[in-house]
Amino acid sequence: MSHSPALTAERPAGPPLPKRPTSPAKRTQRRAAYLFLLPFFVVFLSMLVVPLVYAGYLSLFESKLIGGEAFAGLANYARALTDPAFLEGLGRVGLFFIIQVPIMLGLALFFALALDSARAHGSKGIRLLIYMPYAVPAVVATLMWGYLYGPDFGPIAQISRAVGLGTPDFLSPESILGSMMNIVTWEFVGYNMIIMYAALRSIPGELYEAAEIDGAGQFRLAWSVKIPAIRPALMLTLIFSVIGSFQLFAEPSLLNAIAPDAITNSFTPNYYAYNLAFINQELNFAAAIAFLLGIVIAIVSYFVQLGGERSERRERALS
Amino acid sequence: MTSRVGPALVTPGDGDEAVAPGRSRPRYAPGKRRSILLTVLLWLCVLYFVLPLWWLFVSSTKNNSALFSTFGMWFGGDFSLWDNLQTLFTVRDGIFLRWMLNTFVYAFASAAGATLLATMAGYSFAKYDFPGKKVLFSATLGAVMIPLTALALPTYLLFSQAGLTDTPWAVIIPSLVSPFGVYLMRVYAADAIPDGLIEAARVDGAGEFRIFWQVGLRLLGPGLVTVFLFSLVATWNNYFLPLIMLNSSSLYPITVGLAQLQSAASAGGGSQALFSTVITGSFVSILPLVIAFLFLQRYWQSGLASGGVKG
Repeated sequence: MSHSPALTAERPAGPPLPKRPTSPAKRTQRRAAYLFLLPFFVVFLSMLVVPLVYAGYLSLFESKLIGGEAFAGLANYARALTDPAFLEGLGRVGLFFIIQVPIMLGLALFFALALDSARAHGSKGIRLLIYMPYAVPAVVATLMWGYLYGPDFGPIAQISRAVGLGTPDFLSPESILGSMMNIVTWEFVGYNMIIMYAALRSIPGELYEAAEIDGAGQFRLAWSVKIPAIRPALMLTLIFSVIGSFQLFAEPSLLNAIAPDAITNSFTPNYYAYNLAFINQELNFAAAIAFLLGIVIAIVSYFVQLGGERSERRERALS
Repeated sequence: MTSRVGPALVTPGDGDEAVAPGRSRPRYAPGKRRSILLTVLLWLCVLYFVLPLWWLFVSSTKNNSALFSTFGMWFGGDFSLWDNLQTLFTVRDGIFLRWMLNTFVYAFASAAGATLLATMAGYSFAKYDFPGKKVLFSATLGAVMIPLTALALPTYLLFSQAGLTDTPWAVIIPSLVSPFGVYLMRVYAADAIPDGLIEAARVDGAGEFRIFWQVGLRLLGPGLVTVFLFSLVATWNNYFLPLIMLNSSSLYPITVGLAQLQSAASAGGGSQALFSTVITGSFVSILPLVIAFLFLQRYWQSGLASGGVKG
C-alpha cells in the first residue's frame, strides 16, 4: 500500500477516516490495473509456473517396475551430473555458444552499423534480404542445408569438386557441430541485426554532430558513440542467444536422419531430454535433465548480465 | 508517431537528457558519401543469405532425377514445378493443404491471444501504479529465461491428464504467454501514450476500460504489430511443442508434417519421389511468411526501436 506507516501511526484515535492516500478514483484505477493484468497472469501461472513446479516435483521421483512412483530425492540429479551423455551434450552446446554466438552477433552488429551509416547502395534491399532467413522455420532451414551439405549432389560439393578441392564432408562427426553453427547463424543474423539496427536508428542525432565536430571518423563514431548507446539492445540479443543455443533441438533432431553416425541421441541436452521422455519413457530422469538445463541457462544468463553491467559501470567511471 | 526518448537512450554521463527528439526526427545526414567498397562487400554477404533460398526455389522446379543429376544452383532437366505442386497437394489425400491451414489457425489464434494479453498487461505496467508492480514485472522478465524444454514435458503431462493433448488447444494455449511481448508493450506504451491524454479522458468521465480501448489501443499501432508478428513467427516456426503434443497427422502444422515427410523420404520406403515433394513443400511453406515480411517489415522496426533501446 502506498500510505506511509508514520502517517497512520500519528493519527489520533477517533471515527475511522477514509484512507486518505487511496482516493476512490485511485482505487478504481488500481482495480483496473489488476484486471488488465489478470488474463496474462492466469495463463502465466498455468502455463509457466505450474508446469515448472510440476517438473521439479517429477524430478524428485523415480518409477519402479513394481510399486509405481517412489520418492528418490536428488538421485536423478546425481545420475544426471555423472551421466557422460548429458555432460558431453552440455559441453557441446557450451562450445556452440562460445563459438557461434560471437560470430553471429559480430556479423549482425557489422551489418547493422554498415546499414546505419547509409554508405551502401541499396541499403533497404540488403536489410530485407539478410533478414529473410528469419521467416524460414528451423525445420525447413535444416532440411534445406541438409541437402546443400550433401556430399554427392549438394551444390557446395559440386562447386568444390569443379574447382578441384575435392568433396568436403559437412556431415562427419567432426564437422557436424560446425555445420549446425552455420545453419543457426544463417537463420538468426538478420533477426539480431534488426534489433540492433532499430536501436541504432533511435540514437539522437545530436550525439553524432558532437562527435563529428570533434573530428571522429566512421569507425571512431561506431566504437565510441554507437556501440555504447545500443548496449541494452546488445544485451537483449545476447540473452536470447544464450537461451537459443542451450536449447538446440530442431537442428540435431532433423540432422539425425541424414547423419545418424554424427548425431547421437544425446547430442544436445534438449534432444536428450526429449529422447529420454518420449522414446525411453524415463520421465523423471528427463525432468531432472530439463531442470538442470534450465538452471544452467539461468546461471549463464546471470553472468552475461553481470558482465554487461560491470562494463557499463567501468564506462561510466571513465567518462 | 509521437514519442519521447528516454534517458536510457543517451550515452551515460553526458548530461544531454533534456534534448528529446522523437523517433521521427530528421535524421542526421552523413554527407551522402556512398562507398563502393562497402556496397560490394555487403552485397557479397547478401549472397550467403539468399543463395540457399534460391537453391530451394530452383530445386522445387526439378523432378526427382534432375534434382540429383543437375547443378543445384541452376535450372536443369524439365521444368517440373507444376507437377511437383500437383503431387504435393495430392499426396496422402491432400494432407499438405491441411497442414498449411492448421499452421494458419494455430499461428493466428496464438498471436492474436498473446498480443491481447501482452498489450493489456504491458499497458497496465506502463500506466498504473499499484502494489506488487515491481514483483510481478520482475517475474515476467525472469520468465523470458525459462527454457521451453523444462516446460514442455510437464505441460505435456498436465495436458494429457486434462485430455487436451492431440487437440489444437495443446498448441495454442501454451503459446499465449509472451513475456517478451509484455516487456515490449510496456516500453512502447510508456512512450506512445501521454499521461495527459489519459487524465483528459478521465476528466471527460471515461472509464478505465474505455480509455484503454479507445485511447490506448489507437496509439499502440506499431507496438501491437511487432508483438503480433513476433508471436506469429514463433508459433508458425515452432516444432518442439506440436511435435510433443500432437499424434494425429491431420492436426500437424507444416513444420512437423514436413519433418515427417522428410524422414519417410530418407528412410526410402520405396518412395524416392518424396524428395522433390519435401523440397517443393518447404518452398511453398515459407512463401506466406516471406511475403508478410516484405509488406510488414517497416512495422517491426519501429515497434522494436523502443524495445531494443530500453533493455
